[in-house]
Amino acid sequence: MAEFLQFAFSGLTVGAVYALVALGFTIIYNASDVVNFAQGEFVMIGGMATVFLTALGVPIPLAVVLAILGAVVVGLLLHRLAIEPARGASSVTLIIITIGASIFLRGLAQVVFDKQFHTLQPFSGDTPIVVGGASILPQSFWVMGGAVVIVVLLWAFFNHTLIGKAVLATSANRLAAKLVGINTGMIMSLAFALSAAIGAVAGVLVTPITLTSYEVGTLLALKGFAAAMLGGMGHPLGAVVGGLVVGLLEAFGAGYLSSDYKDAIAFVVILITLFVLPTGLFGRASVERV
Amino acid sequence: MLSVEGLGSAYGRIEALHGVDVAVNEGEIVSLVGGNGAGKTTLLRAISGVQPVTRGKVLFEGADITRLGPHRRVECGIAQVPEGRQIFGSLTIEDNLRLGAYRRNRGATTAFLEHVYESFPVLRERRQSLAAGLSGGQQQMLAIGRALMSDPKLLLLDEPSMGLAPILVDKIFEAITRLRDAGTTVFLVEQNAFAALNIADRGYVIETGDITLSGPAGDLMRDERVREAYLGV
Ligand SMILES: Nc1ncnc2c1ncn2[C@@H]1O[C@H](COP(=O)(O)OP(=O)(O)OP(=O)(O)O)[C@@H](O)[C@H]1O
Ligand SMILES: [Mg+2]
Repeated sequence: MAEFLQFAFSGLTVGAVYALVALGFTIIYNASDVVNFAQGEFVMIGGMATVFLTALGVPIPLAVVLAILGAVVVGLLLHRLAIEPARGASSVTLIIITIGASIFLRGLAQVVFDKQFHTLQPFSGDTPIVVGGASILPQSFWVMGGAVVIVVLLWAFFNHTLIGKAVLATSANRLAAKLVGINTGMIMSLAFALSAAIGAVAGVLVTPITLTSYEVGTLLALKGFAAAMLGGMGHPLGAVVGGLVVGLLEAFGAGYLSSDYKDAIAFVVILITLFVLPTGLFGRASVERV
Repeated sequence: MLSVEGLGSAYGRIEALHGVDVAVNEGEIVSLVGGNGAGKTTLLRAISGVQPVTRGKVLFEGADITRLGPHRRVECGIAQVPEGRQIFGSLTIEDNLRLGAYRRNRGATTAFLEHVYESFPVLRERRQSLAAGLSGGQQQMLAIGRALMSDPKLLLLDEPSMGLAPILVDKIFEAITRLRDAGTTVFLVEQNAFAALNIADRGYVIETGDITLSGPAGDLMRDERVREAYLGV
């Protein structure tokens, strides 16, 4: 039982991160039909920039804010310089562009930062808290709590602000959105900025547990994509559920089978989803749009 | 108020409008009639700025708006009820309407909402349901209501009668006449030439991207060519 709880908590912790990455996929996909494989790089930038800024003597809270802003700027540039000029291109072309952008960002991170692994101090120490025989790092609660706060804020944004509804309207019907006066280009920029910020926050929260390096974005993008697919691409609740499921499968798979398979789980989830449930658990969008 | 001069527009290399001239004066209902694929929708989209223009100009209240983005044109006072209604099906009716006022200052939205609900009471009854659940006629009312939420000076309507039962068609055309009487200028595009010319002050006939006839609506309805081609007599 204690073992089970231990795996469950570690699954929910990484799952919360995957959920945030999947939400990033969802927001950009909804606003612009782009599946943004550079989503993982925002997580990397959040963690790495915070690490390097604190090393320069910047106090942690300020470093976190600057790192998030940095990721937002990268997100906006990604949209402006890579996606916007290719407007009207096919989904596959756009996916390839985002993959190219993610390779570029990793290369840039090697130069701007370095190739080492780094960590951050846990926010509230590293004395494990024992729950039902399982010992949980306090940082896990930060990750899960942070994810909950972000989900609630996003929910409020999309359901209770006019600009949030304008994002939904843009994804529901781009032409009509333009005709009511929504600046859809601005909405797309907003989506990229928002996704970048969410990714960066996830990166800051999880770095004390998983460490970070210039290349953590690759696997995170893959796992977040698996989560988004499983939930149904474009569906926010699906992204959250998908993220938690992928995280739990990974933790139980690594715990009860072998940790060698940990990273393969996401691939298996993508394949099974494609074959069995192409529209995902909460499915709406069709596969060929992906 | 609106003046379209020598407007050309193309899909890829195929030109859909070959230099169209159209003018709409303040307080008028002007109808543009024409058959399938004549270029009516293309023209309305070009006026709203959601369709690229290859040549010519669009002037609104004397200002050249040819290069203005669609959201800026809504700000200028041009609203469109697009072909096929294009409502936001996954949002509620009230959200659809509120988004219609996206470019307006927030204070006036509630009063306008009230106004639209008075004109189309069925929308008020169902205001918290998803727009996708409305019938065709109700969706058309929603699309018109949404356009009115921006308090337009000029309302562009693209085949508002399409797919509606005859009794609903009459209702929609009555509503359009009332709008004009209340001061909104209307540019109406229709395949239903009789109904459209019947409520119009002036009319244009478009065929494969060219304006072929124009004049007072009554004259057009009596014109032999129009009667043969569009009125089925
Ligand atoms: N998206 C598009 N891609 C390519 N060609 C198009 C497109 N939309 C319209 N066309 C072509 O442009 C021409 C004008 O089309 P348009 O939709 O403006 O006609 P319409 O008068 O609105 O017709 P309808 O009464 O059927 O709505 C037609 O020949 C049509 O085939
Ligand atoms: Mg048309």
